[in-house]
Amino acid sequence: MDRSLILGLLIFLTLLAMPFALPLIGQGYLTGLIIKAMLLAIAAISLDLLIGHGGLVSLGHAAFVALGAYAAAIALQSGIENILVLLLITLALTGFVALITGSLALRTTGVYFLMITLAFGQMAYFTLTSLAAYGGDDGLTLWSLATLFGSNVVQKGNGLYFIVLGTLLASWWFVNRMSQSRFGRVLRAARDNPERTEVMGYSVTRYRLVAYVIAAMIAGVSGLLVMQHAEFVSPALAAWQRSGDLIVVVVLGGLATRNGAILGAFFLVIVEELLGSFIHEWRLIYGPLLVFMVLFAKGGLSDLLTSKRRGNQVA
Amino acid sequence: MSTTLLLILCLNGLQYGMLLFLISAGLTLVFGVMGFINLAHGVQYMVGAYLLFAFTGLTGNFMLSVLLSLLCALAFGLLLEFFVFRHLYTRSHLDQVLATFGIIIFLNELAKVVFGPTTLSIALPEFLAGSIQLTEQLKYPIYRLVTIGVGLLVAIGLFITVSYTRIGMLIRAGATTPEMVSALGVNIQRLFMIVFGVGAMLAGFAGVIAAPIYAVEPGMGDNMLIVAFVVIIIGGIGSVGGAFIAALLVGLIDTLGRSLATEILSFVFNPSFANQIGPALASMLIYVLMAAILIFRPRGLLPAKGVA
Amino acid sequence: MQQLIKTTIASALFATFISSAALAEDLKIGMVVTLSGPPAALGQQIVDGFQLALEEKGGMLGGQKVELIIEDDELKPDVALLKATSLVEKNEVDFVVGTVFSNMLQAIFKPVVQSKTFLISPNAGPSTFAGSNCNPFFFVTSYQNNQNAEVSGMVANAEGFKNVFALVPNYQAGRDNVDGFKQTFEGQLTDEVFTPLGHQDFSAELARMSTSDADAVFAFMPGGMGVRLVNQFANAGLSENMKFMSVFTTDETTLPGQKDAAVGFLAAGSWAPDLPVDANLAFVKAFEAKYGYVPGSYAMQAYDTASLIDSAVSKVDDLSDKDAVRAALKAADFESLRGDFAFNNNHYPVQDFHMLNVVKRDDGKYHTSFVRTLAEDYADSFHEQCKM
Repeated sequence: MDRSLILGLLIFLTLLAMPFALPLIGQGYLTGLIIKAMLLAIAAISLDLLIGHGGLVSLGHAAFVALGAYAAAIALQSGIENILVLLLITLALTGFVALITGSLALRTTGVYFLMITLAFGQMAYFTLTSLAAYGGDDGLTLWSLATLFGSNVVQKGNGLYFIVLGTLLASWWFVNRMSQSRFGRVLRAARDNPERTEVMGYSVTRYRLVAYVIAAMIAGVSGLLVMQHAEFVSPALAAWQRSGDLIVVVVLGGLATRNGAILGAFFLVIVEELLGSFIHEWRLIYGPLLVFMVLFAKGGLSDLLTSKRRGNQVA
Repeated sequence: MSTTLLLILCLNGLQYGMLLFLISAGLTLVFGVMGFINLAHGVQYMVGAYLLFAFTGLTGNFMLSVLLSLLCALAFGLLLEFFVFRHLYTRSHLDQVLATFGIIIFLNELAKVVFGPTTLSIALPEFLAGSIQLTEQLKYPIYRLVTIGVGLLVAIGLFITVSYTRIGMLIRAGATTPEMVSALGVNIQRLFMIVFGVGAMLAGFAGVIAAPIYAVEPGMGDNMLIVAFVVIIIGGIGSVGGAFIAALLVGLIDTLGRSLATEILSFVFNPSFANQIGPALASMLIYVLMAAILIFRPRGLLPAKGVA
Repeated sequence: MQQLIKTTIASALFATFISSAALAEDLKIGMVVTLSGPPAALGQQIVDGFQLALEEKGGMLGGQKVELIIEDDELKPDVALLKATSLVEKNEVDFVVGTVFSNMLQAIFKPVVQSKTFLISPNAGPSTFAGSNCNPFFFVTSYQNNQNAEVSGMVANAEGFKNVFALVPNYQAGRDNVDGFKQTFEGQLTDEVFTPLGHQDFSAELARMSTSDADAVFAFMPGGMGVRLVNQFANAGLSENMKFMSVFTTDETTLPGQKDAAVGFLAAGSWAPDLPVDANLAFVKAFEAKYGYVPGSYAMQAYDTASLIDSAVSKVDDLSDKDAVRAALKAADFESLRGDFAFNNNHYPVQDFHMLNVVKRDDGKYHTSFVRTLAEDYADSFHEQCKM
């Protein structure tokens, strides 16, 4: 087995053991922190399909997280409580929106793609702020949450934890599987040399569009879970800074690597929490840290963890 | 809707457009010539504003402070170039985004720590404060007219430099075929430094000009950065002329949209609904414009040839 | 900056999780306020006001040593939620004090009250939790958001304004303020203009003002928006023939940026630094001596919040007896800097509201000044829907 697969399995075994280990050291609150990191990781995994494998840097990905969250929240408000039905609604909406915006955005490439996805993201953001019936700028507190056939096991604590973990595992497995399939190879070929790929008979745009829609749908699912976890949705979920954070996570973790998005997400959440607990002005350290990571840790965290040269040291 | 109001809106749009142009000019050149995505460009705008605040506090002389701020903005840009950006030119765009993002985070926090989180303001000197009577009904602040004038002067100066000087020729050549320029033995390192320094100074200058109008606060550059990116994408990367046209376009559309969207909508819908969606729609307009332009002209209005 | 009394997480994230139960006798108070970005000025006032009260009482409230844990919500709902959950679950605090903004309050409300921890808002007072969604674990020491605007309507009536131009940002609080103003104002609203949040350039709105027939402006433009609006208003020369009245637009957090441009502007509120209450004048003096700036209503409300907790804790033997704590809080048996203060059935305050105006002090500092009282024992209009 290769090192990255072992690392991946280690990560998931650790996450699986956490709910049993945490009560022993007396910290229920850490669950919330880990859930936050896992939710970030799910969205980042989907974005890595676009950035890492597709070479398509989207600065509007957070909009799909927000759309997923709002779709679920609004459906919930109108009385649909089953999480599986909400899941279908979320998938349908984000998939549909991605199909339309994707087919327009994919007429461009490179930095133009980045900017047009930013444009769509901003449109989503401002649309959400205008939903006065659902809280407008202030966002919406949810007084009831999604259930699983009437059971509230998916609402809190370990139940929610395992749902999120399961979704993370599924997204991780699915995206890895996809990237190793013929689809993934075509996507990467199109990233490295679109003309040649086109000549070989593959419709580059169609492959990219499929990747874009799938990435959006996974992000939408993370949005549904964000809503379930936070019991609150707000347009801030779609802010471009959130999309920027997702890019940071993906790049920090390592592009097109098996575990990069997860490592990046946990790194970001832990660094924020750690630095924030030392000094209030933790951004004074975090900013330069990012610069140093870029200058001295090429290839991201995933590379640091799995490459033979460096051994098992986290930066 | 009176014509006076419309005229004021257009003047405001022009003035906002000029500010956008000052920021975008450097951004588009740095991007076009060096292929470098500099997110920290918006922070230069903030740095300019805080410099002016600090210097007016120290010297009490507005014009002198403007001059000092410009010099410091230039020096600051060059320092950043020397210590950080220089090492990123050969790296991928994503690495550049990440590193410059780190610089934004750092400087925004630093501004907060040094100057405090509150919004600061800078008083205008006597001769720039106040308004003048343009027409019988139209009074307009002098300072804003000066802003428009200064923006125009900078635009003309840049245009002449880029079109008719040797360095301008190199810049244009660099924007289209950078390999060729360095193959011809031009000191590309120095060219980059000059372009970068001037770009940083212009963004700082925009901050200096904006400070007395819009007030000074940490993070004030972040949204300007995004709008500046919209401008250079609409104009076409690497094209100063494109940036100028796009900046005015964006400035006018944004200003007119924000003030008129609600009124126009209330012709069609009932007023409370118009009030609700008007501002959201107005905020969206420039993004709709950019998306539409990209869909039909995927490389902007006036692309410099050969830029990826 | 302020010393954060976060004793948690010393060396590594996982290392100190064992220690948190150790100091169980201390009174633990968690604070969630905004300390990032421009609105950090408001959060800082709350921290300073609370810590001043704490210091004056020797670090004790109700005779118990206080461990104060201050968290920054970064003005992001999910961060607020995480911080609040951590306070309730990790630190097991007895009280949560927060927030500055209503949308942050919405984000932390559920997890805090559902854990049966008392949540006391030192500033945000949304209508959301004042009516049918009022909660036995939730108290507000500031005001209900609509009230200041309602009193502004009374200010306009008292000053004899006939035509008023309303200018607010386009979000819930903005709309609430216009509605509140309309509720009491007897004259005519010539225009209702909504700007985007964070609006930079008011010249178009100012142009509309100058061509309208309004004799006064009513504005709600908190923070940086207020600084820009007031300065641009003065620069455009409108101060000469138009009155300016506002809520949260010319207060002690924005006046250092507005200076002379705001002098004489009217405001409505439940407090001013020179409100003639003995305890208040002493508070303002002590506050300025310690922090070097004039306190605003945020600091005052935080100080009152600390006094409230002090009075409640000293009355109750066992903090786990939630009903007793609630009754003690509800009694509001403390000396408010505002003078009279009581809680309504919905746990929002009943208090006096006044007309204020902006003055320049002899030492060159600016503050709002008490003019006269317009509404006595003023309650919000939502409390009847509350079933408590």
